Amino acid sequence: MKNEYMRKLILADTRADGRALDEFREVKVQKGAIKTAEGSAIVTLGNTKVVAGIKMDAATPYPDTPNEGNLVVDAEFVPFANPEFEPGPPTEESVELARVVDRGIRECHAIDTEKLVIVPKELVWSVHIDIHTINDDGNLQDAAALAAMAALQDCKIPKYDVEKKQVVKVETFVVSTGKPLPLKETPVEVTVFKIGGKLFVDAADEEEDALDARITIATTEDGNLCAMQKGGNGILTSEELLRAAELAVVKGKELRAALG
Amino acid sequence: MAKAGAPEKLIIHGKRLDGRKLDEFRPMKAEVGVIPRSEGSATFSFGETKALAGVQGPRPMHPKGLQEPTRTKLRCYYFMAPFATSERGRPGRSRRSTEISMVVAEALSNVIFLEDYPKTALDIFMEILQANASTRCAALNAASMALADAGIPMRDIVSSVSVGKADGEIVLDVAGAEDNFGDVDLAVATVGGGDAFVLLQMDGIITMEEFKKMLEIAKHGCATVYAQQKAALMKRYTAEVSE
Repeated sequence: MKNEYMRKLILADTRADGRALDEFREVKVQKGAIKTAEGSAIVTLGNTKVVAGIKMDAATPYPDTPNEGNLVVDAEFVPFANPEFEPGPPTEESVELARVVDRGIRECHAIDTEKLVIVPKELVWSVHIDIHTINDDGNLQDAAALAAMAALQDCKIPKYDVEKKQVVKVETFVVSTGKPLPLKETPVEVTVFKIGGKLFVDAADEEEDALDARITIATTEDGNLCAMQKGGNGILTSEELLRAAELAVVKGKELRAALG
Repeated sequence: MAKAGAPEKLIIHGKRLDGRKLDEFRPMKAEVGVIPRSEGSATFSFGETKALAGVQGPRPMHPKGLQEPTRTKLRCYYFMAPFATSERGRPGRSRRSTEISMVVAEALSNVIFLEDYPKTALDIFMEILQANASTRCAALNAASMALADAGIPMRDIVSSVSVGKADGEIVLDVAGAEDNFGDVDLAVATVGGGDAFVLLQMDGIITMEEFKKMLEIAKHGCATVYAQQKAALMKRYTAEVSE
């Protein structure tokens, strides 16, 4: 019943909270929220809230990229964020969210991973981004990608003792070099949702329950597309896909501005 | 940012490293009814990429608490055999296979009349026996044929292809070095060879113009795959009737 109502609203170009179809809820980005992390950020989209924290650690490089640092993204759907989330191993949804955030960052080479080598071919920095949901009122994907990007911008490289082969710590705190992570690009992700023939952005939880299909599109600063993922059980035509891409570029600019 | 072992060029005089033209498929092979103990089954190959799919069910859903009162529960399982890649893969589910299983299920849920079998489970198992890129596309192509072979009521068949960008050129049916060292990989699936996209995943940087062009090429590619799938189904069932 509620789903039907949500669909009716969207089809009439209106929304329960009075927003336009192409309007985001208020976006807030708070960097540096977690003292123990090398980089962190809390992002809110209306009532949706996620936190991203980055830990950096020395690791062996992957065989196919011996002179590049590593990027790992994980997402945890913490059950307090949504009564439908359950404790336990990662679900399909949380794996997808993390992998789509990962691809947005990786595919446009947002991190200059070649500058994250400690000992060539032996030791490189591994950048581990963990995204935790605090409150899910829809559109976790865009919030998560934005939080990951903000945390990357906030991230400072720790001091590393090559002799002792460990990160330098004082008591339990990692000593920072104060050097920011080398970044080359600022990708942001915008998910475009479809109900009937209408496309809209930043779905609230109850709108997500009523949708036909969605597509997440990561865009770069110069308006190119760098990762895409369709989701949901419905279809999208090529005309709708192109319209979604245009929308993602325009809305992406707004989100990028919120990064400050 | 070239990766170790990258060839100097992926396209030489308009031809790809395996000799194909830009818009040319690898040889496709499609066959249905290959696993007797499955309700329905199929293989689909793009060159060396070989996928096998089998359907079990609709069958009773256990545990009962997971039953859906008005429809069958569609469960898709994509696996890559450890011996399917040059370096042995880890057996079982990975984050990658979890995600692919999910997007494949979403794609297929568009065409299956799920409401015909309430309270049951419909399981589709896909196995990549040999991998040379475009494995999710081959798996989905095999799965949709296996469903048809199982006699599951469907609106139409889903067909899938990959489109890539290598050395600045747009290429159909990504393979080999194009997958490892190409700039872009776009996997799509459409319904009945038409303009209804039910799967889309893209990695790599493209402009809006390129996206438009790639969608067109992908759409036509899916229509070609669709014809192959239909031919394989017709071949199987025409033979049975004439006996």
